[in-house]
Amino acid sequence: MTQAAPTRTDAALDRWLRMYRRMLMIRRFEEEANDLYTRALMPGLAHLYIGEEAVAVGVCEALAPDDYITSTHRGHGHCLAKGAELDRMFAELLGKRAGYCKGKGGSMHIADPDTGNLGANAIVGGSAGIATGAAFSALRLGTGQVAVCFFGDGALGQGLVYEVMNMAALWKLPVVYVCENNLYNEYTHNSETLAGDIMTRGPAFGVPGERVDGQDARAVHSAARGQVARARAGEGPSFLLCDTYRFMGHHVGDVSREYYRSKDEESEWKTHRDPIRLLGEALIAEQAADPAGLDAIDAEVSADVARAVEFAKNAPYPSVDEVDDDVYA
Amino acid sequence: MSMPETETVVRQLTLGDAIREALAEEMRRDSRVLILGEDIAEAGTVFKVLTGLVEEFGPDRVLDTPISEPGFTGIAVGAAMTGLRPVVDIMFGDFIGLTMDQMVNQAAKIHYMSGGKWKVPMVMRTTMGATRRSAAQHSQSLHAWFCHVPGLKVVLPSTPYDAKGLMKSAIRDENPVAFFEDKMMYKLKGPVPEEDYTIPLGAADVKREGDDITIVATSSMVQVALGAAGRLAERGIGAEVVDPRTLWPLDETTILESVRKTSRAIVMDEGYGRYGVMAEIASVIAEQAFFDLEAPVKRIGAMHVPIPFSPPLEDATVPTEETVCEAAEAMCG
Repeated sequence: MTQAAPTRTDAALDRWLRMYRRMLMIRRFEEEANDLYTRALMPGLAHLYIGEEAVAVGVCEALAPDDYITSTHRGHGHCLAKGAELDRMFAELLGKRAGYCKGKGGSMHIADPDTGNLGANAIVGGSAGIATGAAFSALRLGTGQVAVCFFGDGALGQGLVYEVMNMAALWKLPVVYVCENNLYNEYTHNSETLAGDIMTRGPAFGVPGERVDGQDARAVHSAARGQVARARAGEGPSFLLCDTYRFMGHHVGDVSREYYRSKDEESEWKTHRDPIRLLGEALIAEQAADPAGLDAIDAEVSADVARAVEFAKNAPYPSVDEVDDDVYA
Repeated sequence: MSMPETETVVRQLTLGDAIREALAEEMRRDSRVLILGEDIAEAGTVFKVLTGLVEEFGPDRVLDTPISEPGFTGIAVGAAMTGLRPVVDIMFGDFIGLTMDQMVNQAAKIHYMSGGKWKVPMVMRTTMGATRRSAAQHSQSLHAWFCHVPGLKVVLPSTPYDAKGLMKSAIRDENPVAFFEDKMMYKLKGPVPEEDYTIPLGAADVKREGDDITIVATSSMVQVALGAAGRLAERGIGAEVVDPRTLWPLDETTILESVRKTSRAIVMDEGYGRYGVMAEIASVIAEQAFFDLEAPVKRIGAMHVPIPFSPPLEDATVPTEETVCEAAEAMCG
């Protein structure tokens, strides 16, 4: 999928470099999470976003700071793209008191009102109601906010998604449903789980859809911008299908994957469809950046990530007497 | 009784009217309060509890939804997190099964999982109660399901006065609250004063005093317990009827004080006894007042069968005054 280079303005250039930096930050964050997990420093589960960074960053670049998102079990990328801080993210992954949820949520439940993050959700499709409800509030209260619901192709099996799309269309709610189609529902290819064409699902409710190359951050951003603008203008919900790929396993422990996908397939995506490399190479080809500049970004981001990991490792756990705090407001 | 004693005659309202009045007053007080559900606007619900609200507040605040219980419950969760105070109407309590993920994994846990950052101030109104000849999928009393989940509050009013005051507190609460209304009690009349009042969640009410046996009863079973208490009095047994009013938070203090006084306890609820509300309250009594008891705690609830359609069969599944009298007499004998 070759696209014409987007129009280059100073604002656009700033945006592309910001997106490049943010995607790289997610990549380095996830690599570090992988390392922490495999060294048994991170408890629980780690569902890594590596390979899908262009979706979260392209979409969130189209959002205002107070716009809402809901995220998934594979949510680190969405949280960081919406503006979460590295140190408190890592602290939450390690179950520390300084984490976004005081250590009570962990990797799959990071939430942060300050960045409009209504929460990552470990029930597949479970946040579709929440995102739609946030859009409902935005419309009723006249705040002008937009809500984005991130979900994977696996969530297309959940009835809730269709129920709320129906209501969002009926009530013209400012919500964008962003489907990250990484081809696999955990360990099962979606050719076994999805009947029909994904792109016909939205139009069944009168929700217009668009399909983009989810490895092309600028294409994702451009489509998301249009849909977010449409929502903000009061024209109702839309559906954005981003074709992407999960470079790693379903979670860190999923290392022997040949029974559900081939090494050749993985290699093809990693070699030719890496969203960070694609954006970097395009920016260099367009003379919008030079290799040294991109290396410098990497060095800065990697140093930030390293500092944040140290912060999290040294941060204290919550006191055990906090265990029953916050059950009720 | 917590009803204020006044010289003037207090007006009588039905339980359904008391709930409607609570909702209307809260909607006038706070523009963030709105109601979503099936057939709630012009139809005013199948039980006509919300009649007139859409005329006063308009379709933006009294919203007819598609028949999508998980969907509109989920929308309410998100709306509650972001500045509104939604009330969702689930027509029959049997349908809460459809909403379970949104209530149990979303609404109940969001405050805790987010380290206290997001709140979900919403109310789910729904119904309970058998003997309406509606068979197994429209007759159950499933409130115990929600009582099992940390993060939810559960309210079961037994009188019009309580229903109004508790509904107002539920709407003003910062947490998700499940509010169960016995559909057979909507026409029950009782005194409801004109003045604004609320009843705190977590405060039981002694509906009748007595010295010989405590009957802890909820919702429709309060009326059965009161009827039984009257008959027991004629037989020389003083039964004290304690209505917890909210099952979580649970006012253990009032229950235990009564049991320590009477030394005998029957626990009644229209839900299933097995692993249910009665089991929980009986355990509270057994754990904390065992040495004050003269007899084992007795549970009286719905028979452990799906609710049958045929009238004589259905009637056999629900506790009656006679059931209670027999149990009380045996325990006091």
